[in-house]
Amino acid sequence: MRRPAAPDDAVAEVPHAIALELRGITKRFGPLLANDGIDLTLHRGEILAMLGENGAGKTTLMNILFGHYTADAGTVRVADAAGRLVPLPPGRPRAALAAGIGMVHQHFTLAEALSGLDNITLGTEPLWRLRRRTDEARDRLERLMTRAGLAVDLDVPVGSLTVGERQRVEILKALYRDARVLILDEPTAVLTPAESDGLFAVLRALAAQGLAIAFISHKLGEVVAGSDRVAVLRAGRKVAERATAGADRADLAALMVGRAVAPVRRAARAPGPEVLALEGVSVTGPDLRSRLDRADLVVRAGEIVGVAGVAGNGQAALARLLFGLARPAAGTVRLQGRTVNRFDPRDVVRAGIGRIPEDRHHEGAVGAMSVAENVAIEGIRGPFQRFGCLRRRRMAARALDAIEAYGIRCPGPDAPIRLLSGGNMQKVIIARALDGDPALIVAAQPTRGLDVGAVAEIHRRLLDASGRGAGIVLISEDLDEVFALSDRIAVMARARLSAALPADTLDRTRLGLMMAGQAAELGPTPVRERRPA
Amino acid sequence: MIRLEPRGVPSRGLALAVPVAAALAALALAAVPLLLAGAPLGRAYAAMAEGALGSRFALTEVLTRATPLILTGLAAAVAFRARLYNIGAEGQLYVGALAAVAVGAGTLDWPTPLLVPAVLGAGALAGAAMMVGPALARVTLGADEVVTTLLLNFVVLLLVQMMIEGPMKDPMSMGWPQSEPLIDAATLPRLVEKTRLHAGLLVALAAAGLLHGLMARTVAGFAIRAVGEAPAAARFAGLPVGGTLVAVGALSGALAGLAGAGEVAGVKGFLAADLSPGYGYAGIVVAMLAGLSPLGTVAAALFVAAVFVGADSMSRVVNVSSYIANLIVALSLIAVLVAGVLTRYRLRYARRPAAGA
Repeated sequence: MRRPAAPDDAVAEVPHAIALELRGITKRFGPLLANDGIDLTLHRGEILAMLGENGAGKTTLMNILFGHYTADAGTVRVADAAGRLVPLPPGRPRAALAAGIGMVHQHFTLAEALSGLDNITLGTEPLWRLRRRTDEARDRLERLMTRAGLAVDLDVPVGSLTVGERQRVEILKALYRDARVLILDEPTAVLTPAESDGLFAVLRALAAQGLAIAFISHKLGEVVAGSDRVAVLRAGRKVAERATAGADRADLAALMVGRAVAPVRRAARAPGPEVLALEGVSVTGPDLRSRLDRADLVVRAGEIVGVAGVAGNGQAALARLLFGLARPAAGTVRLQGRTVNRFDPRDVVRAGIGRIPEDRHHEGAVGAMSVAENVAIEGIRGPFQRFGCLRRRRMAARALDAIEAYGIRCPGPDAPIRLLSGGNMQKVIIARALDGDPALIVAAQPTRGLDVGAVAEIHRRLLDASGRGAGIVLISEDLDEVFALSDRIAVMARARLSAALPADTLDRTRLGLMMAGQAAELGPTPVRERRPA
Repeated sequence: MIRLEPRGVPSRGLALAVPVAAALAALALAAVPLLLAGAPLGRAYAAMAEGALGSRFALTEVLTRATPLILTGLAAAVAFRARLYNIGAEGQLYVGALAAVAVGAGTLDWPTPLLVPAVLGAGALAGAAMMVGPALARVTLGADEVVTTLLLNFVVLLLVQMMIEGPMKDPMSMGWPQSEPLIDAATLPRLVEKTRLHAGLLVALAAAGLLHGLMARTVAGFAIRAVGEAPAAARFAGLPVGGTLVAVGALSGALAGLAGAGEVAGVKGFLAADLSPGYGYAGIVVAMLAGLSPLGTVAAALFVAAVFVGADSMSRVVNVSSYIANLIVALSLIAVLVAGVLTRYRLRYARRPAAGA
């Protein structure tokens, strides 16, 4: 499935030539073996997908390649301009750049106040020169854009571009530095489905011109759609490598997680009385992320309502409102029929909201405090104190219960919670959130960054809770998760919350359009409208 | 190549051994400047030990010096635990002293059992009031308390000078800028006759014990730890972050103010601009040496006080500058910081993997 290199290319005489070769890459972080003897070859003109779960070692491998980390063992060789493989000195990003490796990070490395042109030429010009040769740079970039079908306005500040456009600037930045190998880390994580399609069209065009491309992903759909070859990583090892054509999705999924994955799917059940109602609720904020615009939503007992959307479209505002961290500027919030007037974390917990925050390390847990203290923290001024003194024994007993009930792997209730893995830390947070059978559970990205085992466990807990009659608001950027758990699905786009529609009437295409803000109820707004600066 | 690898939880023994080792290392390192100054090492160390521990008088002197250091150390320890960086203990100490004089220099004519607590309470209140402002500014406006508290120290010192040159000046002082003395009923009783050791030590020790209990056993202490370690998580869990910071500020200021009142009522008997040789700043060092632990603060204050008292007599015997004491205290702080890294990480010596093929 390799494409021949385009004829106008400098080294067109060696089609299918190897562009990059990794041999026996091994990297250890303390007890963790992040990469274990990984061999990988990347050819010119092909798109390689690196598929793996979080923690499989994909990003570590890419960081070794780009010189951010030094491998404990193994070699990296890169083709030079003449096509000869030369060893890449380890641990030096500069050497990787010089060898023609371009990297597009998941979190862009652009200066927001500078224009696209400035961002791209930044660092490529000698500092002693008095005048900048922008005309030359602009000409080259225009040519690059036409060749790759990458259009972006280079003269406005990057801060005013959409996320998809910023990614294009990043790609152009790599191409401008004569990248022969382009590596993208989770390139679609921040894109709408339509923007993702556009990205893969660009990557195809670039590969056709002889660029070697590797992208990292844990989404099966885009791996199958967008790559020629797929390498599956699991627990630091490369467990499979095959041509994408003919690869079976279920097969790839099983390879990725190491066993067959039974999809969770909730059983349909009759919803109960209203638990939560939002009526025209607005939250004001400085940016799109922290704004909510006249949201209406009803959640009934025993029902899971998924809130999908591209990151940064106001989901955080909705979550913060229901967490008691933001107060509405307009509209009413009713919880079990009673209007909520006090928006304070303590009050909403007492009113019966179980909360799972998006950032478990930052908001969900106090890393230096013990598991027991973290389990008790929400009730520390309630059942876990007497006359202002801590009831240590009660806290320890509660923590032991949680450890047993949720299968939390930890040295004990007195161990600092920072020593726990992400999945176990999340279980502590969920044990705390579900304590006392809250009427409403608000879960923001509850499984982000967790391994499949922990994901399944957390999904099971949420389903159990809804089975016991809790209403659940599931805010997630993971469409698979939203589809698997939700009875009804609403979409957030540009701080507006769509109506929640029954999950079985929706498919990914429809949801994708809604996420891009094009659904009927939101009006026909263009996908790539500029965000306000 | 040396690499640092994180350890799990440092054991209790290690946590205790590290500061002790650091203190000893600092004393050993002091040999370098002593040698450079041409002092005979053996006699120098002997003089230092003799001066700090060698007599009843020396011991009481160490305890006297440790008293304000315990209190300012606690002031820094409790504030730093909440990540409220109160650098203003020196100023809070002086307003505490000012308040003690205002109450104790004849204004109230109460018997000792009432007047001494009133004097100390006034000092604590004044110190607390002094720190509530910066804490409120931090919580409401985001004003950096390091800057505000540090600068307030100079404001307070000028205020004190104004007061002891003007309204509070002792008419009997023959022109010296100092306040009227406290009346006898307002002074702290001596613990040992014919020494300077006073009951303020008991107050400081009680404060350390109470603060230990507060931090370990109460909801307030829990909130202080949570707010200091992870303010966002504390807020998410419904703990009052701003209120906790202001309360911690008040407590920290009160402890420093208590130190000032104790110095006036226990040692000097009046207020002058040389009341504190930098106890407020030294308290920060004491708290850091103690790893911000209230009980550890007592030990660290005793160490620092012993170094200062010992270095005084060493400087007399072998004729080196008594600033060597500051040097040793500074070295011990550096040693503790280095040792702190070593308790959290272990050193690994690893050969760099061969580059390339």
